[in-house]
Amino acid sequence: MTDTSTPLVELKDISIAFGGIKAVDHVSVDLYPGEVVGLLGHNGAGKSTLIKCLSGAYQMDSGEVLVNGQHATINNPRDARNYNIETIYQTLALADNLDAASNLFLGRELTNAMGLVDDAAMEAETRKIMGRLNPNFQKFSAPVSALSGGQRQSVAIARAVYFNARILIMDEPTAALGPQETQMVAELIDELKRQGLGIFLIDHDVHQVKALCDRAAVMKNGKLVGVVKVDEVSEDDILAMIIAGKQPEHLVA
Amino acid sequence: MTDTPAASETATSQEGAFSRFLHATELDTRLLGMLGALGAIWLGFHFYGEIVNGFGAFLTPRNLWNLSVQTASIGIMATGMVLVIVTRHIDLSVGSVLGFCAIIMGVMQVNILPMYLGLGHPMLWIIAILCGLIIGTLIGAFHGFLIAYGKIPAFIVTLGGLLVWRGAAFLVARGETISPVDPTFALLGGGPYGAVGSTGSWIVGLLGCMAVLALIVFGRRQRKNFQITQRPVWAETFLAVVGCGAVIGAVLLVNAYPWPKGIVRRYASAEGIELPPEGIFISHGFAIPVLILIAVAIVMTILMSRTRFGRYVYAIGGNPEAAELAGINTRWMTVKIFALMGFLTALSAVVASARLGSATNALGTLDELYVIAAAVIGGTSLAGGIGTIYGAILGALVMQSLQTGMVLIGFDAAIQQVVVGSVLVLAVFLDILYRRNSK
Repeated sequence: MTDTSTPLVELKDISIAFGGIKAVDHVSVDLYPGEVVGLLGHNGAGKSTLIKCLSGAYQMDSGEVLVNGQHATINNPRDARNYNIETIYQTLALADNLDAASNLFLGRELTNAMGLVDDAAMEAETRKIMGRLNPNFQKFSAPVSALSGGQRQSVAIARAVYFNARILIMDEPTAALGPQETQMVAELIDELKRQGLGIFLIDHDVHQVKALCDRAAVMKNGKLVGVVKVDEVSEDDILAMIIAGKQPEHLVA
Repeated sequence: MTDTPAASETATSQEGAFSRFLHATELDTRLLGMLGALGAIWLGFHFYGEIVNGFGAFLTPRNLWNLSVQTASIGIMATGMVLVIVTRHIDLSVGSVLGFCAIIMGVMQVNILPMYLGLGHPMLWIIAILCGLIIGTLIGAFHGFLIAYGKIPAFIVTLGGLLVWRGAAFLVARGETISPVDPTFALLGGGPYGAVGSTGSWIVGLLGCMAVLALIVFGRRQRKNFQITQRPVWAETFLAVVGCGAVIGAVLLVNAYPWPKGIVRRYASAEGIELPPEGIFISHGFAIPVLILIAVAIVMTILMSRTRFGRYVYAIGGNPEAAELAGINTRWMTVKIFALMGFLTALSAVVASARLGSATNALGTLDELYVIAAAVIGGTSLAGGIGTIYGAILGALVMQSLQTGMVLIGFDAAIQQVVVGSVLVLAVFLDILYRRNSK
């Protein structure tokens, strides 16, 4: 971790309300290259909402997003992609009626000289990246509705990784996976970290956050409880932050 | 649709060979099923007529030629309805919009333009059609805008449109029938003069065969480039032979239907040709509205399967939220889809009013239901995400075949309605069974 360098992303004082309820209330978090920041909290604490402001799915009411220290305007998912921000949603956000290649390139289709969609080229590229991520994957012509949970997950991950993401948002990437596939995701996170990506990881599993993340940001009722380095706190400390909304005592000056 | 009698017979007698055949040719079983159903309908009507009335009138060049012309108007709109239904919308207004566009084009070429250009001006029909197409597109875009940005359900917007545009058509023409249309305009509706004749049809057929071969060769090269498994050569040959055979068969068919004697006599005297006592055999060839339908089908198929626009249509139908998150502007897509539907409706209005030789206020009444039925019989899923252009056109052909067939064998209108309605429900039920089994 290089705290002295410019953060990849700075979320500054973000607020967003839905019908009078403050889903995110003046929250600031930052993310450095090669770092994994865990976002923790109860259901409805505002983690997903905060992250959707960064991925362009929601528009924040107030606050600022800086990417590489520069002000970033993110009004929709296309803007986010232009800043090399990729998101793996909890729901995976796959079009079930399309095949893996069409989903991987959705919104960014490869086209030939005539401007027509080049399915063969996209399938070839998909075969390449899937060979790296999930060598067992063979169902290239089937719609993704015919795939298993793990296979669908690997399509969603491939989509985020393929386009040279700098900033990766993973919303409960292992929620639907078995132990072996969870291990695969963990190894992938490590590899992406080494490549210098910054990753926001939303997860319920405190144990996993301790294992995978460098820092953890805990939210409760839309407010930020605190950001801690996972090596300096115990799992119980993090649980206390999530449940009681209190900073660990040895860190409070 | 499920397997046809013919197809399932083959399948049971030599299960392995048939499924291997399907696998090698990569033919869609649904397509085979539809073709089989169509064949069964055609044979059924023909032999019913042969046995009961002593004369099988269905499988004659004359009837099939007329069938192709009658299918054109519904078929053109059905291709657009596929996009609308695939994105989980519906358009109930196409019949009324067709009537409105037809009246606008009628008024333009009969009442307004002749005042400025003079009657029979060569640009008359072109300007009238352009006006109709622009107005149809704008109406569609307006519907799409209300649906996408006003968040009003498509059902309501187009139900309102169903009433509004029929009423507006009446207001524009004060309920009068506008006729006669410009003579060049009338050719777009078919008829002996509105067909391309024998030589023209052979040229069309030749182009068709070249396209079939080019598709197969190009497909092979593409697969080779990216090392994707090739179809076996025998399967490619089979597809080429069947494809070219179908095209040549269609040419032979439309060329086998001669002009009626009266028209030939008039034509001969107008051209100053000496008419031999046995008459002259002048082929109809492909009717212009059918060529319009074929052109629309090709363009729409490319649009749906080979462009980003088409890919996004399917993505929105499969998962609207995912499409939005993938950066697709789903609202603007909705506007574009309905605008395209409006354009195709206006094109249908050209064909329908040209065929009638006039524009009436009632033109296109109930068309919306036939168009939706055609798309749905053709395998378009009302749940969204699934549907093909060729399916919708085959669906339109099935609907039209049923209607024509029942007229030919002398069923009255009440029975026709009962049969068409039942077939619609049965077709969708078979489709549901097919999907359940294929999972």
